[in-house]
Amino acid sequence: MSATEPGFGIYLHWPFCAAKCPYCDFNSHVRHDPPDQARWARALTAAIAHDAALVPGRTVTSVFLGGGTPSLMAPATVGAVIDAIAGHWRLASDVEITLEANPSSVEAERFRGYRAAGVNRVSLGVQALNDADLKSLGRLHNVEEALKAIGLARETFPRLSFDLIYARPKQTVEAWTAELRRALDFAADHLSVYQLTIEEGTRFADLHRLGKLVTPDEDTAADLYEATRGLLEAAGMPAYEVSNHAVPGAECRHNLVYWRYGEYVGIGPGAHGRLVLGDGRHATADEKVPERWLQRVETQGHGRTVDDLLTLDEQGDEYLLMGLRLAEGLDLARFETISGRALDPSRLADLTGHGLVEITPDGRLRATPAGFAILDAIVADLAA
Amino acid sequence: MTTPLAQIRNFSIIAHIDHGKSTLADRLIQACGGLESREMVDQVLDNMDIERERGITIKAQTVRLEYKAADGQVYTLNLMDTPGHVDFAYEVSRSLAACEGSLLVVDASQGVEAQTLANVYQAIDNHHEIVPILNKIDLPAADADRVKAQIEEVIGIDASEAVPISAKTGLGIPDVLEAIVKRLPPPRGEVDAPLKAMLVDSWYDTYLGVVVLVRVVDGVLRKGQKVRMMGTGATYEIERVGVFTPKMRDLTQLSPGEIGFITASIKEVADTRVGDTITDDRKPTAEALPGFRPAQPVVFCGLFPVDAAEFEDLRTAVGKLRLNDASFTYEMETSAALGFGFRCGFLGLLHLEIIQERLEREFNLDLIATAPSVVYQMTLTDDSTIELHNPADMPEVTKIEEIREPWIRATILTPDEYLGSVLKLCQDKRGVQIDLSYAGARAMVVYDLPLNEVVFDFYDRLKSVSKGYASFDYQITDYRPADLVRMQILVNSEPVDALAMLVHRTRAESRGRAICEKLKDVIPPHMFQIPVQAAIGGKIIARETIRALRKDVTAKCYGGDATRKRKLLDKQKEGKKRMRQFGKVEIPQEAFIQVLKVEG
Ligand SMILES: Nc1nc2c(ncn2[C@@H]2O[C@H](COP(=O)(O)OP(=O)(O)O)[C@@H](O)[C@H]2O)c(=O)[nH]1
Ligand SMILES: C[S@@+](CC[C@H](N)C(=O)[O-])C[C@H]1O[C@@H](n2cnc3c(N)ncnc32)[C@H](O)[C@@H]1O
Ligand code: SF4
Ligand SMILES: [Mg+2]
Repeated sequence: MSATEPGFGIYLHWPFCAAKCPYCDFNSHVRHDPPDQARWARALTAAIAHDAALVPGRTVTSVFLGGGTPSLMAPATVGAVIDAIAGHWRLASDVEITLEANPSSVEAERFRGYRAAGVNRVSLGVQALNDADLKSLGRLHNVEEALKAIGLARETFPRLSFDLIYARPKQTVEAWTAELRRALDFAADHLSVYQLTIEEGTRFADLHRLGKLVTPDEDTAADLYEATRGLLEAAGMPAYEVSNHAVPGAECRHNLVYWRYGEYVGIGPGAHGRLVLGDGRHATADEKVPERWLQRVETQGHGRTVDDLLTLDEQGDEYLLMGLRLAEGLDLARFETISGRALDPSRLADLTGHGLVEITPDGRLRATPAGFAILDAIVADLAA
Repeated sequence: MTTPLAQIRNFSIIAHIDHGKSTLADRLIQACGGLESREMVDQVLDNMDIERERGITIKAQTVRLEYKAADGQVYTLNLMDTPGHVDFAYEVSRSLAACEGSLLVVDASQGVEAQTLANVYQAIDNHHEIVPILNKIDLPAADADRVKAQIEEVIGIDASEAVPISAKTGLGIPDVLEAIVKRLPPPRGEVDAPLKAMLVDSWYDTYLGVVVLVRVVDGVLRKGQKVRMMGTGATYEIERVGVFTPKMRDLTQLSPGEIGFITASIKEVADTRVGDTITDDRKPTAEALPGFRPAQPVVFCGLFPVDAAEFEDLRTAVGKLRLNDASFTYEMETSAALGFGFRCGFLGLLHLEIIQERLEREFNLDLIATAPSVVYQMTLTDDSTIELHNPADMPEVTKIEEIREPWIRATILTPDEYLGSVLKLCQDKRGVQIDLSYAGARAMVVYDLPLNEVVFDFYDRLKSVSKGYASFDYQITDYRPADLVRMQILVNSEPVDALAMLVHRTRAESRGRAICEKLKDVIPPHMFQIPVQAAIGGKIIARETIRALRKDVTAKCYGGDATRKRKLLDKQKEGKKRMRQFGKVEIPQEAFIQVLKVEG
């Protein structure tokens, strides 16, 4: 596999959480009664079989169990789905299998179970190393529990990443850099560092509209972003994507599939996939409501509700949207193959002139550090 | 068949805007049974959507009513509801020419306003008998005696027998009808004389083609008759003759004193000339009617499609609107910045707004309107004279001997407490005070002002300095020499021709500064800094900088949900479509409108 080969990934969505965080608009649901693990395991394996028939013969380079809170899955359920995947496709020898975990639902016993089932990487939702902020983010854990979970994960799994959210209300550059430095003391070789985004339909959005939640202004957000990049780069974990940092070589293989615009299967409530079939690239999505998804799978063998053949322009736009998020950028020749068009040379010249993008000698287009901060505007400028 | 002249009354309703003309017309129509109650809607004669929404009358309307008076006789009443706004003063003048009397409606809670005066003076010039009507006496604030005194004092007509009414509740409507019959004179005319009829108005009807509103002075206008338009020389055979009740009703003929419509296979409204005399082709009248001056557009601006691909649609749309509104003119224009569009002429800013709104609504277009400009006269060094409708066409400064601009005489009525602010506003707008007097508690000021200063934001500012209480009317008087300069607006160092304007030298700097500030607010930050400058010749007189974007990137990627991101991108693209690309800068459509509204 060449250095920038996208690979083939499987995403599985576990849609349940213990509580709904006020900033979150992921497809996550809180249920009074715990889900029937055996029934879910059966449905997930059935859906896997369905998709394996659509895209047979691939070699799986990554599996990602995301959520929701997949650390609420029983180890047996995790084992069942990994086995199902291994039974239908060939697993690459260095396959990466990640599970997202919430520090509040971490138990040593379960972690060992996940490891035994084949999970070799954990992504922990730490979010903050400051109890007051964890509370206002609506998290169920405190700093002590987060650090304990990190320690346990490092003992149990070969690879570990954790997530942090910054640009919280009233956060200063000084406070954030101090917190980030502390996080580095506990980090393994990968960190995801997201700017707090106010998403429509969340409780934070309501508070924001009412002026009861004030997020840092554009200048402060830019300062925080620059400080984050500077600090992590100096610590040997440069950004390989807008919000993701890793020691070179420790990048999340699965996320690279998305950003390199590779092929991936999406299974579970609300999961998205991109499949390359005989007639072209398909965008797929599954039913979002957990119970309905379950019923669909049980009656028709899969939970798919969206399956659209993408146009060339749409594929071009998606490759731009995903590819430019990576420090390595996108391959211009591949862009032309995918979209059937070349990028507008005069716009490229303008963007290059403003120091926002650069074209490498091997024909890749990538954002400069200045460009990353305003990537959405750059993509809009280049899109079809 | 022929209605005796003695049993006809032709009258207009004149009033300041909102004093209740249209509502009174509704009541009169109802009282005479012109429409059944289920057909009755408020302001029934305002039949354009825009008229109904804005509550204003744009087109004069005519309706023929049958009224059985207290004396037992049945009278034919021809009512003309006229627009109140200054932009449409022209419509008022021709309606007045077709009548012998006017009902002067004055809101009894407000009193005489600027357009009351403007309209009543026109009625007096047309030798009208005038019946004052005091409307809205149902309101607690109504003060009929005070307003009566004011009418006598300010206008100088007898108001002792003014009719107190409430058009809203219907109170006093029978008195109005009796006053029409008893106090307004019947028309005069000779039924046996050669046909002489006035072309009062014309419009385009999708089903009937051009419909012409006529007032017969002498003779008889018959179906099938061959007529000649004395001004244009064109001849037509009359196809239909009829009246509005207000529904169209066909008749076989119209006699002296009557008002009605004709159709005659006329192709375009532009083929008819308002004020023209219609006569019999074989037995023409010796003398044409005096006619009136055609409406002249006084404000011009460029209209361009936001999406250049919609130019042909715009061409079709302006053509269709023009079919119905001959006072609106257009010719093709090309702008370096905006591409193809039209330079359009309007009777005033309200007319401009209405046309723009109709184009956008009725034809589903997105438009950019450039800064409005008045018509300038220029004498060049070679002694020739030109008219300038577009700042972009301004000749080189060295070739200009003199520039002249149109001036207006404005009459403003305002409560005393706002007089100071009103005078200051007029002074700021280069006004010259002509008169200042009092009409009761209201001050009446007469000012000469350059029209150029009025087309921008005068009306809005007058309303704001007087909390809405001042009223305003004007007429164009003459052209006077002016020290005008052409101001360019540069965005990212490139001139945007659509924003260029002629301004008085003394006002250039403050206006330039105000425009740059406004553009700084309305042009969103780009990926780079954008200087915005105002310049005269090569000299920069104002400057602002639009800062560059610093942070605009989606933090979270939502796993493999590329669809979500693509949809956000598509939304961004939609937003961009409502912008225009100028060099490397995207200027939102809204910016052009905002710039017109700046003070300075
Ligand atoms: N209270 C009251 N309101 C009235 C009366 N006559 C008209 N109006 C209201 O005054 C406003 C303006 O009326 P309209 O007939 O459109 O005025 P126009 O602009 O002169 O045609 C409308 O809201 C009417 O409902 C009246 O006698 N009493
Ligand atoms: C879908 S969540 C799943 C992880 C896990 N359920 C948790 O919350 O710990 C993935 C990550 O997205 C980030 N995230 C979610 N909503 C966000 C928001 N509104 N703004 C910024 N980051 C957000 C958080 O860092 C979170 O850990
Ligand atoms: S735990 Fe994670 S997925 Fe669940 S609601 Fe909170 S942020 Fe969303
Ligand atoms: Mg009206």
